[in-house]
Amino acid sequence: MVSQIKPNLSIKIGNLDLKNPVMVASGTFGYAEEFKDFMDLKKLGAIVTKTITLKGRHGNLPPRTCETPAGMLNSIGLENPGMDKFIQEKLPFLKKLAIPIIVSIAAEESPDEFVTLIKQLDKLAEVSAIELNISCPNLQKDKLISQDAGDTFKLVSAVRQLTQKCLITKLSPNVNSIVDIASAAQNAGSNAVALINTLGGMSIDVNKRVPKLGSWVGGLSGPAIRPVAVKMVWETYNKIKIPIIGMGGIMDIESALEFFIAGATAISIGTANFINPRVSLEIICGLKQYMVDNNIQNLSNLIGRLKACKE
Amino acid sequence: MKTVQTKAKIISNKKIKENYWHLEFESAIIAKNALPGQFVNIRVGHGFVPLLRRPISIYAVKGVKVKLFYQAVGTGTQSLSQRKSGELLDLIGPLGNGFDYRQAVKAKDARSILIAGGMGVAPLFFLAEKIKTSQPLVLIGAKTQKQILCMQEFKKLGCTVKLATDDGSLGFKGKVTDLLKLVLGQTKGLGLFSCGPRPMLKRVSEISCENKIPAQLSLEEHLACGTGACLGCVVATKSGYKRVCKDGPVFSSKELTW
Repeated sequence: MVSQIKPNLSIKIGNLDLKNPVMVASGTFGYAEEFKDFMDLKKLGAIVTKTITLKGRHGNLPPRTCETPAGMLNSIGLENPGMDKFIQEKLPFLKKLAIPIIVSIAAEESPDEFVTLIKQLDKLAEVSAIELNISCPNLQKDKLISQDAGDTFKLVSAVRQLTQKCLITKLSPNVNSIVDIASAAQNAGSNAVALINTLGGMSIDVNKRVPKLGSWVGGLSGPAIRPVAVKMVWETYNKIKIPIIGMGGIMDIESALEFFIAGATAISIGTANFINPRVSLEIICGLKQYMVDNNIQNLSNLIGRLKACKE
Repeated sequence: MKTVQTKAKIISNKKIKENYWHLEFESAIIAKNALPGQFVNIRVGHGFVPLLRRPISIYAVKGVKVKLFYQAVGTGTQSLSQRKSGELLDLIGPLGNGFDYRQAVKAKDARSILIAGGMGVAPLFFLAEKIKTSQPLVLIGAKTQKQILCMQEFKKLGCTVKLATDDGSLGFKGKVTDLLKLVLGQTKGLGLFSCGPRPMLKRVSEISCENKIPAQLSLEEHLACGTGACLGCVVATKSGYKRVCKDGPVFSSKELTW
């Protein structure tokens, strides 16, 4: 009789231990409470919150979403209650879940806002890690921090000194070289990079001759961007040493596996949460089954194990 | 209120005329919890085409059966119209804040007035069913006679029905909101409940203000998540943006800014 292996899904990102590598992406899962009716939230590897800014933001002019072929555009514009209200009103529910909570943060005007935000979060034991969202495409900026390796290095270096907590830098795919930006984040002390944020996009109502989004342009997500994301994870995996959290159009176990094989240590589920709130848990089950079927004891034996094409 | 994600068996999915369809499914839990104005968010096709779920108002509930009334106009609703009885439909519901009709049921000297434009009849029919003992007055508007929906169904509930068509092919000639003004000259309105195109709702809101009668308006919006997480479907209100899917789809007219 063949004894079945018990797959080990646990991973480590910096000083953060996760029981499994499946998390939910910022902005697609609210503050988790929105999904409590549909699933056991405690089974998630981690939850990444909606991005929080220092002051509350109203967000962008509606309409804010539209469906596109195999994807969707959004221009929410980081609507959030601001850090103080987040800590008072949203964090207590997340704390009760007793799973790693990763708080995503962004600056509106000046990178100095990151400093204030990190100082606040550093004091909170229930915050397991911090995601630096330097890649939101919906803030009407000419250039994002993550579109410049120098700016990325400068920002990450500045905040690195302020906390021992695990820092994850979220990167934009709207760049010439994702490897350059990921390397800059790594060299500045980021514990991991998360990629990819949405791809810039636009859609037009031809009858009215108006943009379909209130802010004209937005970010594309969903299966349409998956091949772009997989390639960027693979390219980056070959050049950096810190873990990669892969995301971009993961809809099911097969698409999740692509990311691990390309080199992601963990994955984030985004748009798929809207279509199937339970998808993350289904992917965790699917991952265990795949490891059993392929006799893989530890996830590390799957990460980046892409083979060359056979003749 | 309990919201669930479930696979519900389709009992029937029938074209009733032109591109208007009735879909009935079985779900004891949704049937038990559904309130007028709430909706279900449906994975209409198979796989990921179309990608996002489609929100459809609850039209009627009978025992464990829930009925939807929809118009197959876009890719989503056209996919839904292809679904066959016996199939399982992946849906989330009931979702959203429905109509508050507690006052309407108690009405004696004044009547509730329901104002429907186009497919706006769907949630209002469910509401009418709940408050039928108070004999609500139902105003239905459309461009032309052929697009007047549910007239007989409302009458069967015991509602008084008045019609308005833009071309005068049936009932009052003009907008349903002009008919509403006329009606309010003769009848004491207790509360207005409305669902239909945005410009119509805006006019209902103005009339409600002029006549000092409260109005509850059900808004329609494209949704991404349907559960309040993505903040994609917001509408401007006096207290900032609110989510159509979670804070609505029914809003007090006093809340909205136009």
